[in-house]
Amino acid sequence: MTDSKLDWPADVHKILRDEGITQVAMVPDAGHSRLIELCQSDNAMSLATMTTEEEGIHMLSGVFLGGGKGVMLLQSSGVGNIINALAMPNTCRIPLLMIVTMRGEWGEFNSWQVPMGQGTPGALEAMGVRVLRIDETDEVPQAVKAACRLAFDSQQMVAVLISQKALGFKDFRELAR
Amino acid sequence: MSDGLHRRELVKELVKGRDANTLFLAGLGSPCWDLANAGDVPENFYIWGAMGGAAMTGFGVARVQPEKRVVVLTGDGEMLMGMGAFATIANHPVRNLAIVVLDNGRFGETGGQKTHTSTGVTDLAGIAKASGIPVTATITKESEIGNLRELVFKTPGPVVVVAKVQYEKLKFVLPANSGSYLKDRFRNAILGEDRAQK
Repeated sequence: MTDSKLDWPADVHKILRDEGITQVAMVPDAGHSRLIELCQSDNAMSLATMTTEEEGIHMLSGVFLGGGKGVMLLQSSGVGNIINALAMPNTCRIPLLMIVTMRGEWGEFNSWQVPMGQGTPGALEAMGVRVLRIDETDEVPQAVKAACRLAFDSQQMVAVLISQKALGFKDFRELAR
Repeated sequence: MSDGLHRRELVKELVKGRDANTLFLAGLGSPCWDLANAGDVPENFYIWGAMGGAAMTGFGVARVQPEKRVVVLTGDGEMLMGMGAFATIANHPVRNLAIVVLDNGRFGETGGQKTHTSTGVTDLAGIAKASGIPVTATITKESEIGNLRELVFKTPGPVVVVAKVQYEKLKFVLPANSGSYLKDRFRNAILGEDRAQK
């Protein structure tokens, strides 16, 4: 393993690969950019960009129906878009793995991110998704591994939420300068 | 065309063209009843809910089952809800996917309210084409059934065919509705039970 604090996405990518994840559905987020690059350059993985997050839930439901394993990369605002799509993995007991980068919590500048960011854990739990909250980047790889096992071995819907505290928040004043 | 195609007969005729490598997924409402009526087999998956997702679910299957021909049956109401799927599928094309939209211009399950396609203002095949789907067509007559089969089963995809069908009040032909049963049945059929369940 590399130094997780420095390059935790590399460890997450390796774990996804070792766990047999070949399909990646995503709506990009800055917090996922390094992991997206790693998945994109991996010939064993096939990445697809969605126009909206619920497409990814449907796609991954189909991937599992067809015998594959996938992961969804999204940010907390996108969780708001997937709620009814979760009906399928929920009622079909289809394993679902999601890695969610959080906004709207630790030091958020953009108030528009706050409602869905704050609502994300509750919304997911209300739909039957098992939620693993991670506040430190060096814990992310093992959390993803645990989430993989819980999802695919126990047929659960699982979301790893990577907090804004771990990812660092955008300083909009800095960006506007 | 005076009054459009009859969906039950159309789906029955279409399904006659399936072989051992064909997988059908039907979106909620009438497409499920049409497919069940045409013959229930384990290689059918009925999506009883999660409206808007039939095309993307088929896309997911097609990505991991390149040797199978994956056919999605859906309605205009569901396709209107998930039109972004056309753009996503066009940008990550799969040759083995065909989507058939049974377009009656109505929300059939909820009282027959008109959809956006009913007046001819909104054209789903046109939207699919403009989204970059390489093969699109609209069929309106029984004489086009041969062409429909060719497009759905033979033509390298992704293919989107809009079939203009009549609005009819038909008997519900209900397949099994347990999602976990349907999922296991489908996976067992295409993967073998050993691989599907371990």
